[in-house]
Amino acid sequence: MADSTPVMEGIDHSLAVKRPRLEVIYEWITTVDHKKIGLMYVGYALLFLVIGGFEALLMRIQLAVPNNHFVSPEVFNRLFTMHGTTMVFFMGMPMLFGFGNYLVPLMIGARDMAFPRLNAFSFWISAFGGLLLYFSYFGGSGLYGAGSAPDVGWFAYAPLTAKAFSPGHSTDYWTLAVFLSGIGSIGTALNIVTTIICMRCKGMKMSRLPLLVWLYLVMSSMVFIAVGPLTAAQIMLTLDRYVGSHFFDTQAGGSAVLWMHYFWIFGHPEVYILVLPAFAFINEIVPVFSRKAIFGYPAMVAASIAIGFISLSVWAHHMFTVGLGPAGNTFFVFATMVISVPTGIKIFNWLATIWGGSIHFAVPMMFCIGFLFQFLIAGLTGIMLSVAPFDWQLSASYFVVAHFHYVLVGAIVFALFGAFYYWYPKVTGRMMSETLGKWHFWLFLIGFHLTFDFMHVPGLLGMPRRIYTYEAGRGWEGWNLIVSIGAIFQVAGIACFVFNLVRSYFRGKIADHDPWDAWTLEWATSSPPPSYNFAIEPTVHSRRPLWDLKHPEDPDSDYE
Amino acid sequence: MTKSFRQIAFISALPFRSAAWWVFLFAGTARAKSPTNIFDPAGTPAHSIVGLSMLVFSVTAAIFLIVGGLLLYALLRFRHRPGDSPREPAQIYGSNQIELAWTIIPILIVVMLFLTTTRVIFITESIPKPARALDVTVIGHQFWWEYRYPGFGVVTANELHVPISDPANPRPTYLKMSSADVTHSFWVPRLAGKMDVIPNRVNTMWIDPQVPGIYLGQCAQYCGTQHAKMLLRVYAQSPEDFAAWIKQQQKPANQDFTGNPVAAEGQTVFLHNACINCHTVAGTVATGHFGPDLTHLASRDTLASGSIQNTPDNLRKWIDDPSSMKPGALMPPMHLNDHDLDAITAYLTTLH
Repeated sequence: MADSTPVMEGIDHSLAVKRPRLEVIYEWITTVDHKKIGLMYVGYALLFLVIGGFEALLMRIQLAVPNNHFVSPEVFNRLFTMHGTTMVFFMGMPMLFGFGNYLVPLMIGARDMAFPRLNAFSFWISAFGGLLLYFSYFGGSGLYGAGSAPDVGWFAYAPLTAKAFSPGHSTDYWTLAVFLSGIGSIGTALNIVTTIICMRCKGMKMSRLPLLVWLYLVMSSMVFIAVGPLTAAQIMLTLDRYVGSHFFDTQAGGSAVLWMHYFWIFGHPEVYILVLPAFAFINEIVPVFSRKAIFGYPAMVAASIAIGFISLSVWAHHMFTVGLGPAGNTFFVFATMVISVPTGIKIFNWLATIWGGSIHFAVPMMFCIGFLFQFLIAGLTGIMLSVAPFDWQLSASYFVVAHFHYVLVGAIVFALFGAFYYWYPKVTGRMMSETLGKWHFWLFLIGFHLTFDFMHVPGLLGMPRRIYTYEAGRGWEGWNLIVSIGAIFQVAGIACFVFNLVRSYFRGKIADHDPWDAWTLEWATSSPPPSYNFAIEPTVHSRRPLWDLKHPEDPDSDYE
Repeated sequence: MTKSFRQIAFISALPFRSAAWWVFLFAGTARAKSPTNIFDPAGTPAHSIVGLSMLVFSVTAAIFLIVGGLLLYALLRFRHRPGDSPREPAQIYGSNQIELAWTIIPILIVVMLFLTTTRVIFITESIPKPARALDVTVIGHQFWWEYRYPGFGVVTANELHVPISDPANPRPTYLKMSSADVTHSFWVPRLAGKMDVIPNRVNTMWIDPQVPGIYLGQCAQYCGTQHAKMLLRVYAQSPEDFAAWIKQQQKPANQDFTGNPVAAEGQTVFLHNACINCHTVAGTVATGHFGPDLTHLASRDTLASGSIQNTPDNLRKWIDDPSSMKPGALMPPMHLNDHDLDAITAYLTTLH
């Protein structure tokens, strides 16, 4: 690896002044700097990752053995509702927006996002949504009682959310929290799209955008289309509950299926909104640790855009059991199967990128390799689910739960951990510990496979999701015990990770500005990057500006 | 351990374990003893799904072996070795021919899978209904099932009786389904896939068990506190047994308490309490519809939607405080004294 990269500027750290703590806090709260907002997003999401993970752990204790009385049915129903809502809206979205916020301006050579104040607004409104959701534990039943959290499931099917079946205010906390998170998401998505279109540095044509940036562009555009219906549905639900409208009130002629359509036309694109940033991390990390340019850049861009479009027309594969009729089912079978084509193209291109490379097994790359295998399996169980008759058996069973956790944890969370290890030195100026990282990787990998491989089985044996207990004799008990044991390994892995994150901040090896010998613009500025990122606006001539600088004899710009 | 060895161990562990586990899981599942195993079909819809699923398993397993194998090979073959030259490997930016190949081949696989799937969808959902088919109306409630046999004037709860269907001369049961409150889902894995039971909407599905027996299942769409104990029991009976069952269920409720004065008193207690607001006992003033029909309660094996055995002890405990057995059940505790509890229990156990 080349060990000297031209730094685009030097920062004189002796000029930094130590300031009182209150001033630092004030600065973080009032900041409009994209890096600080990005970090707040990530920190906030990590907090919710721990909370949501704790909820999952309690559920796994309850389900480890049949007829368990560890928690009551009411508490269990709240746990899975809060776990799902938290992980999607207050862990997944903010985490990925946090990375986007931090990385997109740096990678396109911009000094900040297009709308810094909107950026701060979006973060704080989303953060408020999360607090509101958890305040329901105190205020959910109204002002008179101890309160309770929502217990309607994270997709809150009507009419279980109607006043008749969900008295008190617990559902309202859910509705408002999701509504606020939606407003924040749309704000940040708007910001990211505008930034990518308008703030690119000299020479950064669309055809030279790093793939991470392309994926964030597609993902943010999808947020516009997908989050709108969800937000509208929340307003309709609130009108049903308080003004006496009947959109979803089946007792008065409303439609339960209408809610499902509204929810899933958000819900399925949402899956891709979460997974595209994971693809984005893989696209950056895999080439660097294979020491090769990404294979098939134009095909990767085309596949991303294709996924964006097709994912908007697959939502009713969540509704194969609703009785849409053969014609409706057939259409959504086709749309769902077709999306596997661009997804397959991505996997093949990653494979071709590794092929012929010189693969370095550093911790970020190990997580990416975990991603590749697990995402492959998740995609294949996805094909099983797209076969509507098979789905009539599998939907709403533990097989589905295992499938989407394979996507959300096996793919997205693994990619996310890879991204943490990869960009940590850029953000803090210190390396994360490789030893602790490997402990984290192996513990989490073992836990993941124990939990989510074996979770498929009770589904195939007829175990529906969202049951607080089950009787012995259905052939589910041993499998559920293994699944619960896996959760313990995952907790241990996460503990290693959090410890590593904190410890490395104080005691990690000092990183220079480009510790991985990488090729995109964020590695050209110092670690951590100064306010406004670049003293001089960079000029790029290819997709890998730092490759060009390191290899003036054979620059990429000759081939593009 | 050398660095290189550790790398190989790392690379190999992942896919090998994944593949081995995968085979193990599905092989294990196919042989697992479970009354709700989807791979142990006992009716036509469940059979055709198993057939289709085997095709899908083979296709996906082949894809997994090829792509996973290539990935594994690439990781082993192209790993960085300590003595490697410090020069960067050859930079290859792509190839249109290769991109085209791995676009077209998956499209062909998708088309094949799609056409096969479509056939099964249409066979299951659009098959004409035979004239001999039995009609049953299924109504989902929080947290129990109501079954009505419109052709026979029979109403029952939680235990669905159907005749077996001889493949040579089929007599499937057509279920017309709706809900009295929230969305539920009817799922008996050995007979058919699930179908949602949605308020203000009528769905239909059919089942045709071919061997007499009890087929288990449960509500598959989260419907509130006791979603977990909204169990399903389907009793498939020979045509003669089914006809006898229908005949017995058509009778009005037992009113003959000779030699059983406690039961006679229990009837009085029952008819003078709020029980009658929610429950029906045919032939009496009890005509409520909110809870299960009790006309032939004692002919049923289970209580509380299949979650407890129908014994006098359990029945008494249930009437005393339903929430102690099924927290969140909508039946309130009736606050009866021991004497009345005994009497009502005695009465209900005479309702054969």
